[in-house]
Formats: sequence, structure tokens, C-alpha cells
Amino acid sequence: MNNQLSADIVIIGGGPAGLAAAVAAKKNGIDRILILERDRELGGILNQCIHNGFGLHTFKEELTGPEYAARFIGQILELNIAYKLNTMVMDISRDKVVTAMNREEGLFEVRAGAVILAMGCRERPRGALNIPGFRPAGIFSAGTAQRLVNMEGYLPGREVVILGSGDIGLIMARRMTLEGAKVKVVAELMPYSGGLKRNIVQCLDDYGIPLKLSHTVVDIKGKERLEGITLAEVDGRGKPIPGTEEFYSCDTLLLSVGLIPENELSAGMGVELNPVTSGPRVNESLETNIEGVFACGNVLHVHDLVDFVSEEAAAAGKNAAAYVRAAKETAGRAAERASFPAVRLTVGTGVRYTVPETICAERMDEHQTVRFRVGGVYKNCYVSVYFDGERISRRKKAVVAPGEMEEIMLTKKQLMEYPDLKEINVRIEEA
Amino acid sequence: MEEKNLICINCPLGCMLTVAMDGKKIVSVAGNTCRRGDTYARKELTNPTRIVTSTVRVLGGSESMVSVKTKEDIPKGKVLECVRALKDVVLPAPVKIGDVILEDAAGTGVSIVATKNVQ
Repeated sequence: MNNQLSADIVIIGGGPAGLAAAVAAKKNGIDRILILERDRELGGILNQCIHNGFGLHTFKEELTGPEYAARFIGQILELNIAYKLNTMVMDISRDKVVTAMNREEGLFEVRAGAVILAMGCRERPRGALNIPGFRPAGIFSAGTAQRLVNMEGYLPGREVVILGSGDIGLIMARRMTLEGAKVKVVAELMPYSGGLKRNIVQCLDDYGIPLKLSHTVVDIKGKERLEGITLAEVDGRGKPIPGTEEFYSCDTLLLSVGLIPENELSAGMGVELNPVTSGPRVNESLETNIEGVFACGNVLHVHDLVDFVSEEAAAAGKNAAAYVRAAKETAGRAAERASFPAVRLTVGTGVRYTVPETICAERMDEHQTVRFRVGGVYKNCYVSVYFDGERISRRKKAVVAPGEMEEIMLTKKQLMEYPDLKEINVRIEEA
Repeated sequence: MEEKNLICINCPLGCMLTVAMDGKKIVSVAGNTCRRGDTYARKELTNPTRIVTSTVRVLGGSESMVSVKTKEDIPKGKVLECVRALKDVVLPAPVKIGDVILEDAAGTGVSIVATKNVQ
């Protein structure tokens, strides 16, 4: 290929994470930035999230998804940051050569000083669920239906059942109702909802849509087009209880059953993934096991709040900028990295994972946010942090749930007081 | 005195609010982590309101739909009427964020504005 470009930082994905990372990198002194986006416009998933509730943390006002995206797109244009649309990244090599293609330029390569992975996530499909029955038309992932309704202007059906109470499913229950469809029920396999509490109030309760917890779809009826589904209650292990089956006629089934970080490119280049998050393992700089390759947003771990994506991505952008500057000034960064020991973050009772997974006290900022999710619903509990077995902090929480990401803050000062620290453990403790 | 439990919908924190009521009078609001929670509880129990978001067709633009919202929150009972009023609205491109799409939606006195730029 004689078609090789170069950039100091190449950002894979122009959604909320990619945009915030680009803005931060530019503000930290890097000019040669390139964003590669596969869709026809910047903004990613925000473009189809037309509901309000975004930006209270970032902009101190309540915005819709497209408005939130527009704030960042405005900055991209103002800061003259380069981007290519309708461009699909095919491969990233370990030495950071990005292979991409689009209709105008064909196949091309970009040699990158640093790479920021910001590809977002995908919805878990029907195939991952083992629902018995036929495979008729009318079964959509909730996000697909959201795109059809909000961006393409099509209503996928009139009588709807939603499986899974993730936020997109709840939002779509309201959206389909407003567009004239009848949403009969939202069924959730778990005994608690996977979505935000506010969405249950304003998307289901407001419209009298029932939420059936500990229920799942056990049969799908209809050969060409969906005709109905059968719901059944499940026991503590998720197995349907015989005799609890109930038939619902419907022409549409929406699935809102989880999101999976989209890491085919990361895995292809040798980035190590955490099996719990399905996202890259990262250190305090949000840098993966490959030097100069950073990750942020939903490709790293699935978030509930775009505000936190922007915050995390800005950190990745800033750190990537520092990496590029350091790499230009000195070739000895590898030696520097090896000389600082990293502290491992581990999870105790109730905690499923942490991002990051390692922290280096010497390299960290004054404050380090550690984000995590819990594995179940805990009431009146403590979020506790242990340094090598010694509890150094605990914070009371009225309730923690898997659907809502939690965070703790570590300070450089704290870590410096424990020079021989090996392990930081985060766990949930009963009050 | 009567207690009512609400979940604040202003932001994704979803604070659990406890409202003490004396008949129809609100005596106190607890459980909120910010000022918005107090305002929400008082409003939700007297005159519940919502921001309404939807989409409207665009002709001759880079996109076929543009997203819109009520500029302010409107009474909950007017939500469906408000969406119905948007059903047959078609806009010529271009549309800019903040453009007024419909004035006085469903007699609420609140206008509906675009939330996306369409070239």
C-alpha cells in the first residue's frame, strides 16, 4: 500500500468517548489527532438517544443525547480536530498501524503514535439467550428498534413485549408507547431491574406498563411474523417454574438483555481483556498491556451515564497526550515503566470488577477514580477499601445494585503513605 | 402525618425520597442529595410534569428525522396530546438546535424545539 498516513493519536470511534478523548488530547498539546468513525456522522449512540437526562454532571443542565453530542462535536470543529466518517477500521497492528477503509479512499493505513480505543459496545443478541421457538420477523434488539424509530422513522410493530429491563428497553417502552404502539409487559429474568430507577418511574410507571421481575420468555410463536410469546416465572436459579406460563399476543419482541464491549480490534492486536467486563485490562492511565494503547468508554466497561464516559475518556485523552509527548522527548520510557511497581486492585465480596486494575503511585494524578460494579443488590452496606488487609476507608450506602456503577476515590497521598503496598481490595460489607 | 415514597427522576442517581405530608400539605422532603430532589418531590405530588421528547420528519436533509423536545416540562396529563400534535409536522431542511418546531404545544404554552442539527 502506498497510501500511508500518520498521526500522533488515532482514536477508534467518534462516539461520546472518542470525542471527549480527542478534545482532551488536543487541549493537552497534541495537534495531529485523527478520529475514525464508521457511521455517517459523529456522536455515536447519542444520536439515537433522543430522550433527556444527559449532561447534568458535565454541563450542569439537562440535555437530550443529540444536544450532548453537539456540544462535543462543536468543540471538535472549533479545535480543528481531523475526522473521517463512513470509515471502517479493519485492523490495528501491535506496533500501532491502523488499517481502515472507506468509499472515497479505499484501503489505507495510519501510523499512530498512540491509539485510543473508543469503539463502544454492542447489544447481546437473541442467539446468546437460548430462547426456544421459531425465528420469525419481529424480534429486535432494543437499540435497533431505537435507531429505526428515532433516526430512520419506522415503527417496528404495534403490539410489543420487552424482554430485559436494561435502560434501552425501558426507554423504548416509553418511546414505542408515545408512537402509538401498545407495550404489554416488560419481563426481567433477575429479581431486580438492570436499569436506572428513574427510568422505571418515568418510562414504565408513567404509562402503566407492568414490569415482571423473575420472568423470562419460554416460547416464541409465529413462523413468518411473530404472533406471540409465552412468559414464565423463574426460580432462584433462573429455571422456569412449570405452571406459571402465560401467553401474550404481540407482533414485536424487543430484547434489552445486556451490552458487550466491542473488542474484536483490541483482541486482534493482542490487548489483554478482562473476562468480567469483556473490556481491556488497564492501569491508572487507562493504558492497556500494550504501551501507548489506551481505552475508554463502553469499550472498556459498559457505563450507565454518558457523563462518566466523557470524564473517563478525557482522562484517556490526557494520558495519551502525555505518552506522545514523553515518547518524543525520550526513548527510555520502557525503562521508566519497569522501575515503578504497580499496585494490584482486587475485588472482595460483592464487587465484580474494578477499572483500573493496577495503579502506580508514582505515575498517578493526585486523585484516581476507581469505578466498579457490584454483583447483587445490597442495602445499608459499606463500600470498604483495604490496603494489604488493613481497612483504610469505608463509606455507607443506602443501596447498591448491579445496574448502577459505583466509584471510590484514591489519592496519591494515601498510596505514598504505604510505600510497600502490594494490593488494594474493594469489597462490600454488611452494616 | 402521612409518608410518601418517591424516586427522583431528575438525574440518573435516582434518589429515594421520603415526603412527609399533612393532608395535602407537604411538610418535609428527605433523602434527596440536591436541591432538584426537593423541587421534584413538591411538584410530583401537586402538579407532576415531564419533558417530552420525540422526532419529526425532515424533507431534503442529510437525515430523515430530527429529534425534538418540549422547551420546558409540561403537565404529565398533556404528554400524549403533545406527541399527537407532532404527528403530521414535516420540516424542510436545514434545521438547527433550538429552532422552534411548534408553539404552544397542546395548549401548554410551552414550545417544542429541535435538539439536533440537520443540514
